[in-house]
Amino acid sequence: MNRPSITWKLYIAAFYLFLFAPLFVVAIFAFNASPFPSPPWRGFTLEWFTGSGAVFGKPGVLVDPIWLESIGNSFKVAIPVALLAVLLGTVNAWVLERAEFRGKTFVAMMMLWPLVIPGVVLGISILAFFSRVTNGLEDWLQTDLDFLRPGLPLVVLGQLSFILTIATLIIAARLRKFDRALEEAAFDLGASRARVLRTVTLPFLSPALIGAGLVALLMSFENFNTTLMLVGSEAPLPIAMYGQMREGASPAINAVSLLLMLGVGGIASVFALTSKAER
Amino acid sequence: MIAKQASRLTLFLLLAPAILWLGLLIVLPHVEILVLSFSERVAPRVYAFGFGNYLEFFTEPLYWRTFARTAFMSILVTALTLVLAFPIALYIARVAQGRLKAMLLLLCLLPFWVSELVRTLGWMILLRETGVISYALRSMGVASQPVELLYNDGAVILGLVYGGLLFMIVPLANALESLEPAVVEAGYDLGGSRWTVLRRIVIPHAMPGIVAGCIIVFMLTVGNFATPVLLGGKNGLWFTEQIYAQFITRFNWPQGAAFGMLLLLLSSAIVWLGLRLTGQSLGTTLKQA
Repeated sequence: MNRPSITWKLYIAAFYLFLFAPLFVVAIFAFNASPFPSPPWRGFTLEWFTGSGAVFGKPGVLVDPIWLESIGNSFKVAIPVALLAVLLGTVNAWVLERAEFRGKTFVAMMMLWPLVIPGVVLGISILAFFSRVTNGLEDWLQTDLDFLRPGLPLVVLGQLSFILTIATLIIAARLRKFDRALEEAAFDLGASRARVLRTVTLPFLSPALIGAGLVALLMSFENFNTTLMLVGSEAPLPIAMYGQMREGASPAINAVSLLLMLGVGGIASVFALTSKAER
Repeated sequence: MIAKQASRLTLFLLLAPAILWLGLLIVLPHVEILVLSFSERVAPRVYAFGFGNYLEFFTEPLYWRTFARTAFMSILVTALTLVLAFPIALYIARVAQGRLKAMLLLLCLLPFWVSELVRTLGWMILLRETGVISYALRSMGVASQPVELLYNDGAVILGLVYGGLLFMIVPLANALESLEPAVVEAGYDLGGSRWTVLRRIVIPHAMPGIVAGCIIVFMLTVGNFATPVLLGGKNGLWFTEQIYAQFITRFNWPQGAAFGMLLLLLSSAIVWLGLRLTGQSLGTTLKQA
């Protein structure tokens, strides 16, 4: 088995070609000077990034308020999701690794559960539940609680429901490796609990905290299924892209995709570097 | 006594986020759709308990056919993904060394960090009537007219297999990694052919990875929305689309909730069955991934 046959090698090569073909054509046609993202090649242009719309009737991505707004909406969701995931994930990891109480295995199982629920079902269940809660509260308080209606805050909650599991797992894995003798030494040297946490434990956890934050950011940015059910009038990027793709899009969508690929590639390499430092 | 109370308070404070999260975002919402799925409209704005939504599912052919089709195609996609991914995982785990190995694995990961919609867009540009493949076929003289490769089951399966590959390769490669080369050598020394060694030694050893990969790919496929809708068009007919239609387009939430419960049931049943048949536990399976 250590001498791979030529067919096997060819298969591997074909496989990687297959893997990158779709991404490659998306990137290429972002630069095609044609109103549609399809062949033939009509020459190189940056119109779909920075054009004012004078040539093809539609402005480039970086000057189009519609695209910019949806990118902004994605950030408005992803940043709170990432911050909450890291904060709550750390507490959850503490519960999993340090606390002792009856029913802990049950809590640990429950924390994994969101991963096996289809995203669409997570979306509709949160939509239905929060709609009932909001109706009840509005009747009771006699005020409008629009932030609990479909919209970006609800998208944050929906995405958090499963991203929190992943953040918890990443942070708990790191906490498990921590040598508690280090904390005890700090206590013996007279440090307070808060100080030990700040100067010993959290610095040790920091690669996992950054990693969990980046993963949460990425997952939030590209989540589609759950978001689709909870979104209101302000569409995050994947929802806006989906709408455009159904209508038959201009190469502007390729330009957005290329920017997304570059952004994701950047974040992923930061993540790869931090997790390498961890080992 | 005070110390004990203090530690109980600490425990409570530590548990509070988990309880809020699981209670408000997971358990109660699922109770809500369960209750909702059993409510029927008896008069405008008046609902009563009943099995009507589930009966509707079984009596309307479009609904249960879409459901059966989704289940069947997802199993097919999972099997295809396994077959396609296995040689790759084997190569990464057993043949490639050092930097090549790291690079092959990283190259596998990269496309999957990019949004599902970007990948689907790529397939649309490749497959559609005015797309790259159709254009290439015409310019090579193979086809005289534009060829539409999009909006059929083949395109849907292709897109879904593509989307599942990574989630198959990583657990497979992890499981194959721990296979002792000496065991494989022994298999050959005892006169086993390539195929016998693969079937009797390599595949049994990779079983935990196979199960983990299949479960994850199946769950992702069954719950997928964008790929079947965009690559299949009107012929996509995926069950998640029905849920979306009931909830968002028709505003028939009880019916949509019943569909949601059925999808959850299907997905959980297959996961449970897979674990049961192979004697794995959910915790170790998720760890494999």
